[in-house]
Amino acid sequence: MSAAGVRHLYVHLPFCASRCGYCDFVTLVGRRDEHGRHVDAVLAELDAERGLLAKQVETVFIGGGTPTFTEPSELRRLLASLPAAEEVTVEANPETVTPELAALLRAEGVTRVSLGAQSFDRRLLDVLDRRGGAEDVRRAYYHLRDASFDNISLDLIYGIPGQEPADLERDLGEALALRPEHLSCYELEAKPGTRFTHAHGEELERQAGAMEGFFQLVVDTLTDAGYRWYETANFCRDGRRSRHNLAYWLGYDYLGVGIGAVSTVDGLRWRNLPALPRYLAALERRERPPREFEPLAASTQTQERLMLGLRLDEPVPYADVESAVDLDALTRLEGLRLVERRGEGLVLTRRGRFLGGGVTADLLAEIPANNYS
Amino acid sequence: MKLDRIRNFSIVAHIDHGKSTLADRILEVTETLTQREMREQVLDSMELERERGITIKAQAVRVAWKGHQLNLIDTPGHVDFTYEVSRALQACEGALLLVDAAQGIQAQTLANAYLALENNLEIVPVVNKIDLPQADPEAVARELAELVGEDPERVLRISAKTGEGVAEVLDAIVERIPPPEGDPDAPPRALVFDSSYDQYRGVVAFVRMVDGLFRTRHDIRAMAAGTRFEAEELGFFSPVRSPTDTLEAGEVGYVITGLKDVSRLRVGDTLTSARHGATEPLPGYKEVKPTVFAGLYPTDSDDYPELRDALEKLKLNDASLFYEPETSQALGFGFRCGFLGLLHMEIVRERLEREFDLDLLVTAPNVAYRVFTQDGSGIEVHSPADMPREFERVEEPYIRATTIVPKEYVGTIMELNNERRGRFDHMEYLSEERVMLSYDLPLAEIVYDYYDQLKSRTKGYASFDYDVIGFEEGKLVRVDILLAGDPVDALSLIVHRDGAYGRGRALVDRLREEIPRQMFDVPVQAAIGSRVIARETIKARRKDVLAKCYGGDVTRKRKLLERQKKGKKRMKQVGSVEVPQEAFLAVLNLDGDKR
Repeated sequence: MSAAGVRHLYVHLPFCASRCGYCDFVTLVGRRDEHGRHVDAVLAELDAERGLLAKQVETVFIGGGTPTFTEPSELRRLLASLPAAEEVTVEANPETVTPELAALLRAEGVTRVSLGAQSFDRRLLDVLDRRGGAEDVRRAYYHLRDASFDNISLDLIYGIPGQEPADLERDLGEALALRPEHLSCYELEAKPGTRFTHAHGEELERQAGAMEGFFQLVVDTLTDAGYRWYETANFCRDGRRSRHNLAYWLGYDYLGVGIGAVSTVDGLRWRNLPALPRYLAALERRERPPREFEPLAASTQTQERLMLGLRLDEPVPYADVESAVDLDALTRLEGLRLVERRGEGLVLTRRGRFLGGGVTADLLAEIPANNYS
Repeated sequence: MKLDRIRNFSIVAHIDHGKSTLADRILEVTETLTQREMREQVLDSMELERERGITIKAQAVRVAWKGHQLNLIDTPGHVDFTYEVSRALQACEGALLLVDAAQGIQAQTLANAYLALENNLEIVPVVNKIDLPQADPEAVARELAELVGEDPERVLRISAKTGEGVAEVLDAIVERIPPPEGDPDAPPRALVFDSSYDQYRGVVAFVRMVDGLFRTRHDIRAMAAGTRFEAEELGFFSPVRSPTDTLEAGEVGYVITGLKDVSRLRVGDTLTSARHGATEPLPGYKEVKPTVFAGLYPTDSDDYPELRDALEKLKLNDASLFYEPETSQALGFGFRCGFLGLLHMEIVRERLEREFDLDLLVTAPNVAYRVFTQDGSGIEVHSPADMPREFERVEEPYIRATTIVPKEYVGTIMELNNERRGRFDHMEYLSEERVMLSYDLPLAEIVYDYYDQLKSRTKGYASFDYDVIGFEEGKLVRVDILLAGDPVDALSLIVHRDGAYGRGRALVDRLREEIPRQMFDVPVQAAIGSRVIARETIKARRKDVLAKCYGGDVTRKRKLLERQKKGKKRMKQVGSVEVPQEAFLAVLNLDGDKR
């Protein structure tokens, strides 16, 4: 156990106004009457695990779902009960952000808002089942600025069925025009077997060739605009990286509460099961919620350290990951200028970062078939 | 049994002309087996033989007919096994030449008839399947009479299926085929015409006694090999092994030797007494040499020891199978195998996969080449990878190919053979409708896709057979396939100069389709020496990332990466390029190697 305790806390609020076709997070639609019970349960779980937390927590991240869909009074109660931290992020859907909500968040110590814009294009938003539009994003953004938030992140999705390169350029332009401190850009993941893939699979197949260039278009556009490509899918200006997410990528311990939330503390990972009724019932009985446990062998932790660390633009200290690295592959990948040694660390080159998945798979030394026990 | 009461004979026929059915009927009519004991096609005992309806190994069965002992020595019909046929025929004095009344003489009929004539056998022509509605026994009898120089009236007309005429066949064997010659009182001499391996009792020799006799427990010496052993058991097949006390001059039977090493008793050797034995061996056989070669590799490299053991076991029963270890940078450890022909190759492959449960990758077959270098020295090359890049000249094996087709396909055959560097030899009308064409062709042209072309272009009406006639110089080149500049040994080819571009182009195109994009551009080239004749580029991937990765999905992403890693492990590393096994399969497998 890290003597000083866990310094990063994640809180999951699963409720949403409606479900988006592409989404695979643990979410629940509506159920306003249950929000209060759920906040009680989350706080009870936090209480139960309080002993794991450090005296001073560094970051808190409230994700969802749509945390800002939660009844305002319940959201306030939750925020008021969370430990204070240097960075407190809340995820928000544009259409939920009113001047009142922005003020509430500000008043309750939130320092950073991550706004799920996804796109500014009505046609593409419809494909994603998103209710809000470009105007909602801009309105929400300015409400947050008016409430003096100086750390706002926008989420964008690219590779949407029917999206042409020009559409993506327009989306990036719209996002940049707002000058957010932070941007997260994700490629749409169409999971096989989902309703979404069923509906749009053919279109995605057809545009697969064009979409290969989208990632590069995103990176080029944002870096040209002065943003730092500090993680595979994340960009920031003025050093405003997401400190909470950095904790994941740097392999620090974190505690997650709420249904579906994952924690990793001292080589043990656990995940709360996603069923709400059982979660509520357990915590109402003052018991720990049903969980899945995954003990992480030292070798697995090292592999994860390498896999996550290589997503960043700063080198992973070689000494931390040496045992997970296949030296022949390293030599070969260095020769191909995909990986380089910088100082005492390893880092992917710019081209290497575009191929990060394959490069990392190559670089990892033989993975034992089962090292979980 | 007195010599004049013994008849030794074979049945030679084209595939599916009813040889096995006639053999079954003979066992039944002579009451060697009761009906209840009859299995269909008793003599073809290997599962594969029964399934494909062909005979691979010679077998010998003894029947009694009107006070005579008749020994039927079964022979394979297919050209690949000509050497087995000639061995069997050497143990006989006569042969039934069996022809389908609907199909008439076919290419294998000719080949086998000539073989029988060369062995000075008395030929008894038989037209089978006269019960078929489309049968034309009279016309076929005339063709047959012409072929063997007999009176059409003397051609027997039977239906092995219904049994009609089978007794007459047995009578004809007694009347027309001469009894064996030999000296019952001389020191014993027996020709080993085949052998099999019994895992409990060792080598079982199939013999034709020529002179003298053997008794059980007799001390025996193999004259060529010098091997000595005691005859643990003597007997004959009826059709299962039936022990006897003696084998006498003229008889056909088996000797259980107890030898555990097949190499100590070669087929073609002469057995005699260890003491006071004969001094002169019987004329043996000439060694058969494999003509077609291919690499056999386990699909899973962990199966290499199993493949080696399986080949060893197969070799026990198939002396003609040749193999030696081979290492390919692309395919790992395997064997370069030599076969008597394409069918032999197919059978070996099927037996390995079926009887030994192996998953195999078989490289495109090639022939043996004789390569002469500037200094005049020559080597025989069995694999394109062994072909020197520089040489003075190359010789390749040629065959005399006999094709019989309905006359409307004569043009088709000529066209096909001309495309395949064929040289016209002669043409003959067998009847008004059917024509026999004789061509000389490089064997390499047959090995590559010829049968499929022949079959599809003649709608299956052609019958085809060949004999290797020797080596001739050819304008051959070695084509190498390079991935990112590195040659891939397993994909090298030896082809005629005129065909090099087409084959190179086809391989390059195929590889471009099959090899997944890499992290860098991969040029795929076909080259003769340093001259590139075809080139394609597999463009580098532009993106390969897991988009999102936060605290909640680290485990899932790690597992994705492990899966990706495992996928990579299955690939073969050729230089810096990762090539999936499937890509090699697609390019190398016989079925994948189509134009």
